[in-house]
Amino acid sequence: MKLPRVLKELTHYRSAVLGLCIIGALIALSIYTVVTIPYDEAIRRWRAGEELWGDYPRNAVPEWFNLFAGNSLPTTRVMNSKDGAIRKDIQTISTDMRTSDMKFSFDYTSDGFPNEINLFLTAKFDQKKPQATMIWRTPDGRQIPLGDTTVGVAERFSISTDQRLSLKLDGRAPEVGLFAQPGTTEKGKTPVVQKGTYELIVEGLTFEKDSTLDAKLVVYGQAYGIAGTDHRRRDILLAILWGTPIALAFGFLAAVGSTLTTFSIAAIGAWFGGWLDAAIQRLTEINSVLPVLPILIMVGTFYTRNIWVILGIVIALGIFSLGIKTYRSMFIQVREMPYIEAAHAYGAGNLRIVFRYMMPKIAPVLIPTFVTLIPAYVFLEASLSVLGLGDPLLPTWGKILNDAYTNGALYKGLYYWVLEPAVLLMFTGLGFSVVGFALDRIFNPRLREV
Amino acid sequence: MTTDIESKNNSLLSVRDLHTWFELRKWGFGRAGFVRAVDGVDFELGYGEAVAFVGESGCGKSTLAKTILGIHRPTKGAVVFEGRALGKLKAQEMQWYHSQVGYVQQDPYGALPPFMNVQHILEEPLLINKVTSKAERDRRIHEVMTEVKMTPVDDFLQKFPHMLSGGQQQRVVVARSMIMRPKLIIADEPVSMLDASVRVEILMLLRALQQSHNLAVSYITHDLSTVRYFSERICVMYAAKIVEQAPVDDLLREPLHPYTLALIAAIPDPDANNARTFKEVPPGEPPSLINPPPGCRFHPRCAHVIQGLCDQQEPPSFEARPHHLVECWLFK
Repeated sequence: MKLPRVLKELTHYRSAVLGLCIIGALIALSIYTVVTIPYDEAIRRWRAGEELWGDYPRNAVPEWFNLFAGNSLPTTRVMNSKDGAIRKDIQTISTDMRTSDMKFSFDYTSDGFPNEINLFLTAKFDQKKPQATMIWRTPDGRQIPLGDTTVGVAERFSISTDQRLSLKLDGRAPEVGLFAQPGTTEKGKTPVVQKGTYELIVEGLTFEKDSTLDAKLVVYGQAYGIAGTDHRRRDILLAILWGTPIALAFGFLAAVGSTLTTFSIAAIGAWFGGWLDAAIQRLTEINSVLPVLPILIMVGTFYTRNIWVILGIVIALGIFSLGIKTYRSMFIQVREMPYIEAAHAYGAGNLRIVFRYMMPKIAPVLIPTFVTLIPAYVFLEASLSVLGLGDPLLPTWGKILNDAYTNGALYKGLYYWVLEPAVLLMFTGLGFSVVGFALDRIFNPRLREV
Repeated sequence: MTTDIESKNNSLLSVRDLHTWFELRKWGFGRAGFVRAVDGVDFELGYGEAVAFVGESGCGKSTLAKTILGIHRPTKGAVVFEGRALGKLKAQEMQWYHSQVGYVQQDPYGALPPFMNVQHILEEPLLINKVTSKAERDRRIHEVMTEVKMTPVDDFLQKFPHMLSGGQQQRVVVARSMIMRPKLIIADEPVSMLDASVRVEILMLLRALQQSHNLAVSYITHDLSTVRYFSERICVMYAAKIVEQAPVDDLLREPLHPYTLALIAAIPDPDANNARTFKEVPPGEPPSLINPPPGCRFHPRCAHVIQGLCDQQEPPSFEARPHHLVECWLFK
């Protein structure tokens, strides 16, 4: 059957149309990802730490949660004196000494408290480090001193983890206490956000002629982007996006590799017969009692967790799968067909008969099997990742699940972390399965009546 | 055994004492005997000569054909084509041999790969024989399609076998067997699966091709009534052996072997009177080829059996009349 006809027949099945849409969407997403985020870039970003993800909130839910939550969760706000958005007020006190005052002023209107507040200070100097004093000003005019510090080349002034500040704020975490309405922070009360314009004043002093001081205030939100972030502040979207082409490639290559080899070997065995056939049969039987998952776990534990090596092993274990028995029974029927005899009589060689005459006859049966096998291998890869045997470099769906599991995502109520990769895996399985079932009915018309 | 020395010298194909046995296995490895599908067959086929092989199903006609084609290996004896014994040919010469012998099968639909169109089907033998020029292949395909009267050729080339009628399918099969310009065609019941109306057409086509290309044809059939369309000689087979060989007219007019007599008597005759008569058929069944009866294989069913001779010694070939060979003790 020709491809256009198959596609046309597929449209008769509503489920298959749905499946094709899902597969199409996944493929489109893969292409988009591979084009927009290069492979090396993706790996580099996924493995990066605070230097890259420092401005991202930790464990933030996706922004679209606001639609369901009914209130507005804060998003991250970054203010940097280097950008020019924050005015720097420099006054000369003596030849070398100058002030460097910065005022971070922003409107806060969300219902939720920020996740965390960090101030990143950077300075340029030869010998003498600049100094900075921080003061917090709330919308109702209260001034809360946050302390002072000498500034090295790059300093992180972590407001959220300041224990002494926390004590001043009735024991509340600074990011709560600093944003709460006065009187709601006492024990036993629920803190309520005070909306309005907040200010952080950084009063800097530099002690050298060319010395400079800069500051970046990051008020981390509780919601971030489309997919949220994980425990290392990484944008989960990156792994969701790159997980798609990896999952599809793994599933597709594993399915192609194992079905094509299985199919060819079955055909070769059926055609040549004799000891070759017997050897193939015995190998299949031995292979069928080998446990795939434990072998992969063993390889992952002792040898390598490289996804492409694992793919190779999956294919190798799939070569002598039980499919050989099914295909062989079909090939034995084909072998006796008159057209094979005719080909033999006009001089077709053995391999020509196997590949050009026997395999095309059964190929239609192969296609549905092949399509339904793809998600099986996608799940296998995810299972390995969940077990901690995923590729150490690549961001994949399974790796997200693994991170979520090891960081107690469900215990902490971070459902998005588990649901996003899980839903994608389910959709992948659903899409390929329904298309596979429909193809099965098209290629094996006898199933149509059932 | 006596053979015709004269024809041997300029024969295209000579089959000498050919045996094709199939091993029977017990439990997959133990030997449980042999099916003697072809058990001592001798005949000669000259250039451009048409010979018919007649016999009931299971008598070894098709196995004989397939052994000649090289599909089965002979257990004993030789197939000699243009003076070269088949078993001694090297792979390359075997390729040449395959191109020299065409094969027309019984079931035209089964004989064509269902997933190839006519163009591909006819191209296959050319590709196998390394006709590399596409133009040359197309030329040959057009030529042979015109010969089998599948015109206009271009209307058919893109068609798949299931889109053709039985007669057209068989024409494609004939075209495929002819495309390498063979010297010999083996037609194994080429018309038995076709409608009666198409049968004569295909036979006439084969006959025309045979005459225009000076083809040797071995025409295998169980139907004596179609033999006359095209062969010069008939070999009657019974239980893996040729029991009688003679020119067509000779054999049909004066059959000698008791089995041939029975076979000819069994030809249906469209006569209203036959509705009330009952034809005499030899009693019993054809023998098992695993354990053929000793002596003449027909003797358990023969009306003229000579006790002590027919059931003990196998009859050799007797030349009862010029060019008329028969394996029967009655003609000693």
